[in-house]
Amino acid sequence: MFGYLIKRLITTIPVVLMVMVCVFAFVHMLPGDPARLVAGPEATSEDVDAVRRSLGLDRPLPEQFVHYVSRVAQGDFGMSLKTRRTVAEEIGARLMPTVWLTVFAMLWATVIGLLIGVISAVKRGRWQDYTGMIVAVSGISFPPFWLGLLLISLFSVHLGWLPTGGYGTWQHFVMPSFTLGVGVAAVMARFTRSAFIEIAREDYVRTARAKGVPERRVIWKHSLRNALIPIITMVGLQFGFLLGGSIVVESVFSWPGVGRLLVDSVNYRDYPVIQALILLFSLQFIFINLLVDVLYVFANPEIRYK
Amino acid sequence: MTTTVLVEPAEQMRKPLAEFWRRFRRQKVALVALAFLVLLVGVAALAPWVAPYDPAAPDYNAVLQGPSAAHWAGTDTYGRDIFSRIIWGARISLAVGFLSVTLGALGGVSLGIIAGYYGGLVDSAVMRLCDLLLAFPGILLAIAVIAVLGPGITNVIYAVAIFSIPVFARLARGTTLQLKRTVYVDAARAIGVSNTTIMLRHILPGTLPNVIVYFSMRIGTSILTAAALSFIGLGAQPPSPEWGAMLADGRTYMGVADHLTLFPGLAIFLTVLGFNLFGDGLRDALDPKLRSS
Repeated sequence: MFGYLIKRLITTIPVVLMVMVCVFAFVHMLPGDPARLVAGPEATSEDVDAVRRSLGLDRPLPEQFVHYVSRVAQGDFGMSLKTRRTVAEEIGARLMPTVWLTVFAMLWATVIGLLIGVISAVKRGRWQDYTGMIVAVSGISFPPFWLGLLLISLFSVHLGWLPTGGYGTWQHFVMPSFTLGVGVAAVMARFTRSAFIEIAREDYVRTARAKGVPERRVIWKHSLRNALIPIITMVGLQFGFLLGGSIVVESVFSWPGVGRLLVDSVNYRDYPVIQALILLFSLQFIFINLLVDVLYVFANPEIRYK
Repeated sequence: MTTTVLVEPAEQMRKPLAEFWRRFRRQKVALVALAFLVLLVGVAALAPWVAPYDPAAPDYNAVLQGPSAAHWAGTDTYGRDIFSRIIWGARISLAVGFLSVTLGALGGVSLGIIAGYYGGLVDSAVMRLCDLLLAFPGILLAIAVIAVLGPGITNVIYAVAIFSIPVFARLARGTTLQLKRTVYVDAARAIGVSNTTIMLRHILPGTLPNVIVYFSMRIGTSILTAAALSFIGLGAQPPSPEWGAMLADGRTYMGVADHLTLFPGLAIFLTVLGFNLFGDGLRDALDPKLRSS
């Protein structure tokens, strides 16, 4: 088992390196001279040259890349062109709101998605199943930014129950985490349903029923435990979806997170911030996939005992 | 005494397309979705004749009006007819959806077939590239592409196409690995058919059922992503009647004129729902694994 984990850890290294190469190359693919971008529009050509030398942009590319990796390893992502503060400061201030938003969305979406999926599978072909699956396919098709606007219109503008946006109290969390989680809950419901139906055909489920295990126990113990393995994988995949979704949802609710920072930075062409955020999002995504594989090993005895 | 024996035509005697249609037809929901999509494509194609007003023509005597007999979905801040704008916007959304998924599928399927067919180093290289593309959450990749190319609807097409490539590549590679071991591919190779011909004539058709199912499902996602990009200001720019951009426009008037955000959002929702339901139906009709259930 440890062998497997170590192997999995080693295979992650080239992916991380490739991601870093891409993110590094990103600045060199931009139209125009990065030194001029950093120096600002009013800079003279001497200023631009000075900036180029100070950033090491006059060095050969491989040397620049090594320099970039060592800077990133020290947490140095450069300066924001917009605020002239360090990128690490900019991101640091916005990281936790996004983390909390994603975690809350993931929690409720997983629980509700599982419930709907199990009920649909158990009541297969009956009205509970149809209702569940209609809700699920609508949830997948619902534009999150539109859902957000509808919620704001109803609960903030017309009823005045919840704040339209911002961050602070638990009321601020209700609408954004709901909006962010709907798509995931829908995917989880559909996935759980099909995983459950598949497992209901297995011999051990039939055996359990045959020896008189109560139906409730067959569902929650024998079926759910085995369905958990593919479900864990799905939760991991959905985290990537949530990270992407947070970019849009944060824009709707003026959430002070990294997603909105990314959109603002793209609009302002604040390249150091964009570069750092793309790296951050990707590394998070890779790390979560790694974590999923580790959990997978614990959930699946076949791998555990090998 | 004579007995008449009714001979049912055996199932495998039906032509594949007829057989597919017979299975698809049974799914009422998918059929309704298909009808809606046909209607939508028709309306989008005939926009200049179907739309009651010019989508760009302002009317300062009818600003921010709610839905009425004259303006079914009301008017916006410039007095433009929202219903007409939605009809014109359907052209943009459908075009972006079809073009981006077509580009992604072309790239992905070619890469997948080549990787699966040649195997070895080519295979590893292509699959690592896919791993890398999948290492970025989809919309992030799209935003990075837009940060390089600049905002605009054409760049949205490229951006959304790129994140479809790895999924199609994996799909096509999987089928290719199965097909290249079949007798007819062996036979073709034995009589000296070139690799290119084998891939195009003998393997490509085999990958199509899966690709078609995925294609239809992907269009919904792509339309949604493109609208999201326009909504956050990185896609279509005003005054374009793109649905996501219309929503972004309307959010300022929430509580004053809710119809500005209601109808464009409904258009996105119904279109994406249509493609998803149609895709579900296609999958159930084409996937042999699900046929028995």
